[in-house]
Amino acid sequence: MALVELRDIRKTYHLGGEVIHALDGVDLDVDQGDFTSIIGPSGSGKSTLMHILGCLDTPSSGSMTLDGMDIHDATPRQLAKVRGEKIGFVFQFFNLLPKLSVAQNVELPLIYKGASSRERRERAMQALDLVNLEDRAKHRPSQLSGGQQQRVAIARALVNDPRIIFADEPTGNLDSHTGEMILETFCKLHEEGRTIMLVTHDPEIAALTPKKIEIRDGKIASDVDAKLSGRESRFKLNRPADT
Amino acid sequence: MNFWNTMFIGMKEIWAHKFRSLLTMLGIILGVSSLVAMSALVKGMENGMKEALVAMGGLEKVRVEFQDDLPPHQRHLTDQIPGLLMKDVYALQSGAPLVENITPIVEQHGYRTRINVTYRNKRARPWRLYGTWPGILDLEDHRVEHGRMFNEIDNEEARSVCVIGIELRNDLFGDPEKTGEEIIPIGQTIRINGQPFTIVGMFEHYMTEKEKKEKELAKLQAQQNPQGGVVRDKGRGSSGPSGYVFRLKNNSIFIPLKTMMIQFRAAAGLDEKADPRLSGIYMKVRDISLLETALQQIRNVLQVSHNGIEDWSFRTEEDLADGIQVTIKNFRMSGVIIAAIALVVGGIGIMNIMLASVSERVREIGIRKAVGATTTDIFVQIIIESLIIALIGGIMGLVVSIALVDSITAFTPTENNPVITGEAMLFAWGCSAMVGIIAGMIPAFKASKLHPIQALKYD
Ligand SMILES: Nc1ncnc2c1ncn2[C@@H]1O[C@H](COP(=O)(O)OP(=O)(O)OP(=O)(O)O)[C@@H](O)[C@H]1O
Ligand SMILES: [Mg+2]
Repeated sequence: MALVELRDIRKTYHLGGEVIHALDGVDLDVDQGDFTSIIGPSGSGKSTLMHILGCLDTPSSGSMTLDGMDIHDATPRQLAKVRGEKIGFVFQFFNLLPKLSVAQNVELPLIYKGASSRERRERAMQALDLVNLEDRAKHRPSQLSGGQQQRVAIARALVNDPRIIFADEPTGNLDSHTGEMILETFCKLHEEGRTIMLVTHDPEIAALTPKKIEIRDGKIASDVDAKLSGRESRFKLNRPADT
Repeated sequence: MNFWNTMFIGMKEIWAHKFRSLLTMLGIILGVSSLVAMSALVKGMENGMKEALVAMGGLEKVRVEFQDDLPPHQRHLTDQIPGLLMKDVYALQSGAPLVENITPIVEQHGYRTRINVTYRNKRARPWRLYGTWPGILDLEDHRVEHGRMFNEIDNEEARSVCVIGIELRNDLFGDPEKTGEEIIPIGQTIRINGQPFTIVGMFEHYMTEKEKKEKELAKLQAQQNPQGGVVRDKGRGSSGPSGYVFRLKNNSIFIPLKTMMIQFRAAAGLDEKADPRLSGIYMKVRDISLLETALQQIRNVLQVSHNGIEDWSFRTEEDLADGIQVTIKNFRMSGVIIAAIALVVGGIGIMNIMLASVSERVREIGIRKAVGATTTDIFVQIIIESLIIALIGGIMGLVVSIALVDSITAFTPTENNPVITGEAMLFAWGCSAMVGIIAGMIPAFKASKLHPIQALKYD
C-alpha cells in the first residue's frame, strides 16, 4: 500500500454563479521514499492539491488515505494530529511566527504534541542542525535572510520526524542561489530516505527530482512533458551547504 | 497542549500590548475594587450595628413605652388614657412570668426640658435624666467603674443620690485628657435643677471599638514621645448610629425612681395624681427563643390593666436589628449592582479587545493549526489570554480597593470602620475570573473555528 493514495479527488469552488473545478478528478499514489515534483501552469490546482495532501484543506469529493488512515472519515482532532505528527509542510511565504524565536518556531509542532520542554529543545536543535542554523536558534525570524527563514520553516517541518514533507514552491520567493541551497537541503533529506513532494514552476528544479507530475486544469496530465525528461539540470548539488 | 505553556503564550501576548491590555483592564479594576470596597463598608456597618446592639442591652430587651396617639378606632377614648403606671409594673411582675427584671423608668430629655446640672460654677447639660430602679444596669448594659449603683434602699427612702456618665464628670470636674489629672467625683454634691444630689457612682467610659483602638494608639504614642503631648480626641467629633448610643450613655444621669417622682414631679410633667406616669417599662425576656410568647404575655397583661386602650407600644431591639438589616441589605444590593455593571462593562471591554486580537492574529492561528493545534488548543489559548487579562485586572482592583478603603477611612472617619475581608477579596477575584472566561468565549470560539487554509491565505 502506498504511503499516500488519492482517488478521484475533486475540489470545487462556487464563486457567485460560477463553478471552478480547482481539482477535477485526481488519482495519485506516493510511495515511501519518493521525491516528487509537481509542475504546471499557474492556476492549474497545484496548491489546492498540496493543501489537500497536507490535510490543511478537505476535498469536495474523493477519497484519500495517508499512512493507512482514511482522511475523509477523520475527525478535526485527528486531522490536527496528522498535521502535527505525520506531515511537515513548507510554505512559499515561510509562515513563521514573528514574535517567537527561531527555536520556538521550530518547537511549535512539539508543543501541540505535548512533548516536554526538554525534549522540545533537544529536537528543535537537532532539526536546526539539519538545516545548518543551530547558531541562529535565539534569533527572531525577522533577523534572518529569506533563505534562512525558509530553512527554519523546513526545520519546523522536520522536527516531528514526519512521514512525508510537502513544500509548495519553497523557492518561489527566493533568488536562484538561495533557492539552490534550499533544494540541496531537500536532496539531502531525500538521500536520508524521506518522502518529499514539492511544487515548482521551474522545470530545472523539477528535473532534479526522480518523479515528476504535471497538472493541467485540475487534472494530472497523462504524460510528463518530454522536454522535462532526461533534461540536465543547471544545478550542481555537490557543493558544501552554505552556513 | 501544556497549560503552563498556554499561560506563557498568553502572558507574552498581553505583555506585547501592555498599554492596550491595561486600558482593557480598567473596567475589571473598577468592578473588583468597588465590589471589595462596598463589602468592606457593609462589613463595617454590620460590626458597628452589632456593637451598638450590645450596648443597648441586647436582643432580649423589651421596652414598653407610653404612646399618646391611639390607634384610629380608639381615638374617641383619648381622654381616658390611663398612661403607664406603677400598677402596670406590678401587674407584669405577677402576670408575665416569661420576662424578668421589669424596671420602670421616668425619663427626661435634656434638650427638651432643659436639665441644668451644676457643680460650683461649672455647668453641664446631660442628654438624659433617668429615674429608675437599679435593675436598669443590666438592661442597658451599664457598668459602674467608680463607686456604686444606687440600691433599693436609696430608692425606698428617695435619697438624693445619682450615678453619672463620664462626660458629665468631664464637664463638671474637668476632662483628664485636658487637665492631665483624673478626678473621681464620688461623694461630691452636684445640683440637678437646683436640687442637691450626691454622686455615688460613675459609669465607665463607653467607647466604640474604634475609639478604644485610637485611644490605645494615642497612649502608645504618648509613651514614645512624652514631650509631644498633644492628644487628639477624634472619637467625640465622630458621628454615626452606633456612636450615638455610646455618647448617649456617657451623657446620662441616673437617680432612684422614687427620688425622681418626688423631686421632679412638675419638671417631669407629672401631675398631682396619686400614681405618676412612667415614660416606659423596660424588661428582659428570659429566653430569646420565646420572644413572641413573652410579648403576647405582656400584651395580655397590659390589655387588662389598660381596659383595652392601646396607649402603649412595644419596642424590641429586634425591630431595630431588622431595620438595620434592611438598610444594610439595600446598601449591599446597590453596591453589588454598581460592581456588577462595572464588571459587565469590563467584560465587554475584554471581549472587544480579544476579538480585535483574534482578527489581528488570523495568520498566527492558521500557522498554529497547520502544525497540529486542535480547535480546543486554540479555544483554550484565547480563553486563557482573556482570563489572564481579567485576573491581572482583578489583582490590580484588589490593590486599588485597599487604597480606596484606606482613603475612605482617612477622609470620612466613622465608628464603622470599613473592614476588608479575605472572603470578599477572593469572591471579587473569582468574579473577575468568571468575567474573563465568559468574555473570552465568543472570541475564542471565533478563533478556534478558523479554517487553517483560509487563515493562511488571509492577509
Ligand atoms: N478560495 C478559493 N475560492 C475560489 N477559487 C479558488 C480558491 N482557491 C483557489 N481557487 C481557484 O482554484 C484554482 C487553482 O488554484 P491553485 O492555487 O491551486 O493554483 P496553483 O496551481 O497553485 O497556481 P500558482 O502556480 O499560481 O500558485 C484557481 O483557478 C483558483 O482561482
Ligand atoms: Mg500555488
